[in-house]
Amino acid sequence: MASNPPLIQLRGVRKVYGAGATQFQALKGVDLDIAQGDFVAVMGPSGSGKSTTMNILGCLDVPSAGEFLFRGHHIETLDRDQRALLRRKYLGFVFQGFNLLSRTTALENVELPLLYRGESKARRRELGMAALAKVGLDRWWDHTPAELSGGQQQRVAIARAIVTEPDVLLADEPTGNLDSERSVEIMELLTSLNREAGITVLMVTHEPDMAAFARTVVHFKDGLVERIETQHRQGAAVEA
Amino acid sequence: MFGTTLVLALRSIRRHLLRSFLTILGIVIGVGAVVTMVTLGKATTAAVQASISALGTNVLQIRPGQGFGRGGGGPRPPDFKPEDVTAIANQIAGVTAVAPQASASATAIYEGANWSTTINGTTSAFLTVQPWPLAAGRYWTPAEEEAGKAVCLIGNTVRQNLFRTDDPVGKRMRLGAITCDVVGVLTTRGQGGFGDQDDVVVMPIKAVQRRFTGTRDIRLMLVGVDQAYSTATVQAAITDLLRERRHITGGKDDDFNIFDTKQISDTLTSTTTMLTRIVAAVAAISLVVGGIGIMNIMLVSVTERTREIGIRLAIGAVANEVLMQFLVEAVALSCLGGLIGLALAQLVILALVPLMQVPWTFDPQINLIAFAISAVIGVVFGYFPARRAAALNPIDALRHE
Repeated sequence: MASNPPLIQLRGVRKVYGAGATQFQALKGVDLDIAQGDFVAVMGPSGSGKSTTMNILGCLDVPSAGEFLFRGHHIETLDRDQRALLRRKYLGFVFQGFNLLSRTTALENVELPLLYRGESKARRRELGMAALAKVGLDRWWDHTPAELSGGQQQRVAIARAIVTEPDVLLADEPTGNLDSERSVEIMELLTSLNREAGITVLMVTHEPDMAAFARTVVHFKDGLVERIETQHRQGAAVEA
Repeated sequence: MFGTTLVLALRSIRRHLLRSFLTILGIVIGVGAVVTMVTLGKATTAAVQASISALGTNVLQIRPGQGFGRGGGGPRPPDFKPEDVTAIANQIAGVTAVAPQASASATAIYEGANWSTTINGTTSAFLTVQPWPLAAGRYWTPAEEEAGKAVCLIGNTVRQNLFRTDDPVGKRMRLGAITCDVVGVLTTRGQGGFGDQDDVVVMPIKAVQRRFTGTRDIRLMLVGVDQAYSTATVQAAITDLLRERRHITGGKDDDFNIFDTKQISDTLTSTTTMLTRIVAAVAAISLVVGGIGIMNIMLVSVTERTREIGIRLAIGAVANEVLMQFLVEAVALSCLGGLIGLALAQLVILALVPLMQVPWTFDPQINLIAFAISAVIGVVFGYFPARRAAALNPIDALRHE
């Protein structure tokens, strides 16, 4: 690993919300390396700083202090639009609440990131259908979110996240709104994307069953990384 | 990217069809009102000018009495004499011709058809002052004019009602108690501001005076003014001359009035123009109100779609793209309102034109301006909500319920 610099490096990252008496330190100096192709589960009680870390890793937020390097480039100095372009190019997002556009078909939802990349209509359709096929929903392309089950909606969201072939997929409690059977399906989908497409997956979860699918589990506590575990048998907890 | 933005905007408008329609109603009414008012105002101005210019441009009309009416009590001011006509024609610089007029009403009869009309006695100077070409036949000769022969030119309305399909030239018709030879037919002038101008029989003034009015009195003089002279100067000179001839001394008021068609035309034009502007300004206020309506709904829309904005930002939309999305939506809304307003205006104009008796006109300039204003309103009132959308923080926007 020494020859290959980590994909993501956090160095002494602090995040402070508010000012004066109401000031709140969400992150108190986080150091974290994430290697290319890893599958990372971020765990910790609420208020431990895991969501803040994910927002920073997702370039949605900036650290108050410290360094954030992506492929060796400093991200903490980028402005709003530069970070947006970075997200457009390298990152894909999956949310707990799916966050699909309602009254918009599955295909149109998946095509959305391509729209901002300026792809032609034909190319958007082609890539969009291919992404839907990867999550097994190509037959449902013209259905709106309201006509899809929760598990299907989350798979559309994953298709949307991977349609641009991102380096990193950030998933914020992707199974939080799903029953255990659907959750496992989603986790298996993420695992296969990680293994087969080589996408680095960063996932926040508070369910140990889901974290079991990850290769690396990062535990947060009180705004700091408490410990990092490496699991050799992914999904072991479920299989057991 | 812009095409896509437009498609997104139109899709969003279609999604809330009723709301979009209500939003743009202010713009529809504003644009419709402005275009209708300005178009009809211009048409009215044109109609007024046309009827005034039918009286002749650079023509002074001189009548006994003050103002238009006969005026209050007191003795009736005397009519003019033929000598007054000669005096004005010979003594005032800048006068091209002076046409006296004596009028009477009579019933014209030809082969069982009869028609009540106005007889207008004048001299050939009338045609110099107010050129009126012939459709057929000839004018009367100087000898006929001098002798006061019963020859006449008839207007088109008289021709239609009396002669129908016959050629009137060379025919004889009865006119009141006399018989007169029709020598010419005048071209159609149409409806003027003062009724049907073609319902007239024109005869040498001496014939009218001898056979109808029974006096040498002249009710009206039309004075042609050379283009090189100001009508005001000529008017002043005529006033002085007539005061002297009518023995009006010192501080006494004139007992005649001089009506300058050009001046009246200018006054009426500026009045209608000003009225048009005032009405258009009132209509323009509804455009501003319409713009506020658009801003209001766009703000609601931004709040409603906070989560969508969050998704777009997370996916990698830059602030300007989000701004453009909402701005284009606002402009598309207001332009749509503008287009509907233009269509509405055309319908209203078509409906009002016959009632107002003005010719139908289509003024591309005001249509274009009104449409451009509606687009500008979209930009101006859409900018603030769009900025608000673009400035949203993606994390907060995604958490928005």
